[in-house]
Amino acid sequence: MSALLDVKGLRTVFETRAGTVCAVDGVDVEVRRGECLGIVGESGSGKSVTFASVMGLVRSPGRIDAGEILFDGRDLRKLSQKELRAVRGRDIAMTMQDALTALNPALTVGVQLAEVLEAHDETLPRGRRARTRAIRERSAEILGLVGIPSPDSRLSQYPHEFSGGMRQRIMIAIALACRPKLLIADEPTTALDVTIQAQVLELISDIRAKLGMSVVLITHDLGVVAEHCDRVMVMYAGQVVEEGPTTEVIGSPSHPYTRGLLGSIPRLALRGQPIHPIEGQVPDLIDLPAQCRFYSRCADRTDACLTPIAVRQVGPHRKARCILAGEDTQ
Amino acid sequence: MSTEPLLKVENLTKHYVGRLSLAQRLAREKPSVVRAVSDVSLEVRKGEILGLIGESGCGKSTLGRAILRLHEPTSGRVTFDGQEVTTLDPMALKDIRRRMQIIFQDPYASLNPRRTVAEIVGLPLKLHDLATSADDLRAKVIAIIERIGLKANQLDRYPHQFSGGQRQRIGIARALISNPDFIVCDEPVSALDVSIQAQIIELLLELKREMGLTYLFISHDISVIGYLADRVAVMYLGEIVEMGPVDAVLSAPRHPYTQSLMSAVPDVDHPGHAQRVRLTGDLPSPLDPPSGCKFHTRCPLAVDRCRSEAPISEDLGGGHRAACHRLHEKLSLLETA
Amino acid sequence: MTNVAEISRPPETIFQQNLRNFMGNRLAVASTAVVFLFILLAIFAPLIAPHDPNTTDLFRRLQPPAWVEGGEWSYLLGCDQLGRDILSRIIYGARISIFIGAAVILVATTIGIIAGLSAGYLRGWVDVVISRLVDILLGFPYLIFAIGLMAMMGPGLINIILALAYKEWVIPCRVVRGETLATREQEYVEAARALGASRKHIMIKEILPNILSPVVVVSTIRMAHVIILEASLSFLGLGVQPPTASWGSMVSDGRAFILESWWVSTFPGLAILLLVLAINVAGQGLRDAFDPRFHE
Repeated sequence: MSALLDVKGLRTVFETRAGTVCAVDGVDVEVRRGECLGIVGESGSGKSVTFASVMGLVRSPGRIDAGEILFDGRDLRKLSQKELRAVRGRDIAMTMQDALTALNPALTVGVQLAEVLEAHDETLPRGRRARTRAIRERSAEILGLVGIPSPDSRLSQYPHEFSGGMRQRIMIAIALACRPKLLIADEPTTALDVTIQAQVLELISDIRAKLGMSVVLITHDLGVVAEHCDRVMVMYAGQVVEEGPTTEVIGSPSHPYTRGLLGSIPRLALRGQPIHPIEGQVPDLIDLPAQCRFYSRCADRTDACLTPIAVRQVGPHRKARCILAGEDTQ
Repeated sequence: MSTEPLLKVENLTKHYVGRLSLAQRLAREKPSVVRAVSDVSLEVRKGEILGLIGESGCGKSTLGRAILRLHEPTSGRVTFDGQEVTTLDPMALKDIRRRMQIIFQDPYASLNPRRTVAEIVGLPLKLHDLATSADDLRAKVIAIIERIGLKANQLDRYPHQFSGGQRQRIGIARALISNPDFIVCDEPVSALDVSIQAQIIELLLELKREMGLTYLFISHDISVIGYLADRVAVMYLGEIVEMGPVDAVLSAPRHPYTQSLMSAVPDVDHPGHAQRVRLTGDLPSPLDPPSGCKFHTRCPLAVDRCRSEAPISEDLGGGHRAACHRLHEKLSLLETA
Repeated sequence: MTNVAEISRPPETIFQQNLRNFMGNRLAVASTAVVFLFILLAIFAPLIAPHDPNTTDLFRRLQPPAWVEGGEWSYLLGCDQLGRDILSRIIYGARISIFIGAAVILVATTIGIIAGLSAGYLRGWVDVVISRLVDILLGFPYLIFAIGLMAMMGPGLINIILALAYKEWVIPCRVVRGETLATREQEYVEAARALGASRKHIMIKEILPNILSPVVVVSTIRMAHVIILEASLSFLGLGVQPPTASWGSMVSDGRAFILESWWVSTFPGLAILLLVLAINVAGQGLRDAFDPRFHE
């Protein structure tokens, strides 16, 4: 079966006064039907820009420089603005990290849901009365689906009348309004408390199973990936450094950056032992080194690392961008 | 580690009273009261790290600031090294602030954008007359700046020229240059990326060993607290619901809130191993906290008694305390769920 | 110990960034040049003015500008009803307008910063007293009270400045108070308090540098307003006393001959218009570049 989303050689750059920032540099992503793919990386890794590019949401001074974005076999980069708008919202939906700013504060939740349904739902009846009633029913049904109690009465409330967790649910509800084939969740729980975070993540997993959609979960939290994703892709400085089934990647990481990230997580189990932070910081994306981008921070670097290498197959389902991968990983 | 308490907090309460307009006052309306911290007592021993954990809005940051009198407590007492902080006059308060410091969460908001690093870090020395000359001040600033991992040639730059992690290092240098004994770390790593977070945690632990510091470490991240704290206090809606040694509280939590908190943390090592306790609903508003036990609206174990009567904190042995009516019924969410 | 990589960006202060933004705005830069031109005219008036501004010459009474029939090139903009050279009087008049405008703004901004900082940072009764005073003054009709004050105090440069500054400080005061209220909640202010800094230190060293940009911008724009007010007072005969040249009184002088000798009022009027316009455009350019709320 072909992949639902297949991104090949994506390159997105931003022109700034200081120079050209290459935020995404030759990224390949494959999202299969029905799977949950986790995208892990720190700020500046390009994880959010990659999917903003997929959604066609990169604005000036940014632009997509190269690459193919195949969704269901169609190249999204070749679509007109109008065709792209139809895909966005109906087939691919995205939720933002900050639900408070992503929702329009001046419109009720019901109106915002209705807007999406009006624009994309072709199954709605034609007659005005019937249409309004159908939209109201669908809206309440969706709010119920994301676990908002008494959805009928809450449709007429404004975003600020909801708590942070509830707002995140509403944003997911709006994203799900047209039963998209792909949901891109950009840091859906970063702004939330752990108990609420657990509720929201569980909700996304439940709905994925119910609707059979694919989910891309962008996060910096490897714990979230471990519990909710089938596959994981690790990004660093605009490139993919490792990709594979979650359990394998977390169980035996091939790339030293993934190992470093895992080693950086403080845990009760590690009390008294020193944690091993990755030294230094992310390279400046304007002035990228010619060698492997992780070179300056890598504990296992050798002279061979001065020549950058491409992502390569290191196992049946695994890829990594490191000369040592697949040969000798403790 | 000695057991002498360096900091003692007794029945500390902080309420924020809303302002009333003249019309509301004439109509005898009662002002709205946010009960941010209610009747909190705790001790921090010399040389230890007390972790303070809780979700946003639970009052943990307010507690840290009330201890330092950055926000004046409504009632209660704070004693630092035998001296009562809550009644100090402004001059004495200034002196004690040399010894009690704070590291903030947001490395962007906590540094004055118009001051250079040298000015920011050197300020405490100036305020407390700790440098004999301009050269001495510069030398001391360079010493601490290099210790926390920046370079002397970066001293005359402005905060916006640094990354988040570097800014947090500057904030740490500012807090440590006056040689304090006690530091409130208010979510110092929450705004940072994972790999930078680990660097800052390591730095804070190294500095604690070198300088003999005592930390009150506030965080919403149980993994961080679990890794570095000696003892932990769990806060919910302005009250401490459970407190004790980290091993006891986090590996065998007794309060249902701590239990649900623990089970909600995603675990890299053992995904899906934990029996999930799902709390329903959201944090109640501190403007109108629930009666009885404040957790009863979300607690799966709540009974009628919890709705009417507030539980009193009980000693469970070994310094482990918790406040719950059903502590002795051998119930655990982690087993019943 | 961890090794932190050298940052590669060149050191540039926020001020330098803002200045570069400002320099990119051509209209604002041109306006600033016009304002500086007027300032130079004012400073070097004796060197630039072709004639003495107060020498009367009844043979040249109401002589038209050079390009109108009956004019001559050495009296470019013509002469007034006493035969004084209008160009020279405009050049000397720039001294009065700019000096009074700058002095009023300086006095008003100083008072406004002190009052606004105290009200915004100290709060409590200080805030109540200052805010009420501001509210009351805002209810006063500006020019009418200035006229009343001038009538009471009598003419004189110092009196004009006082009569205009009595209310002008309210504007920077409100700006400073608002900015202070927002800035005092910043964590770096809290950090300074935690370090044991005094209120004076916090107000002057921590808060003031961060709120100065909007105040400077507002004061610049207000200076245009003050120049108009001064011209109005002079127009009404309550400003600078004759024979000292002032744009306002020059416009007033020409009223009686506006139909036959239009140049007597028109040229000083245009001078007011040009300077006020230039200050406003330059001020808005400054605001766009320096006030962070206008940044994207």
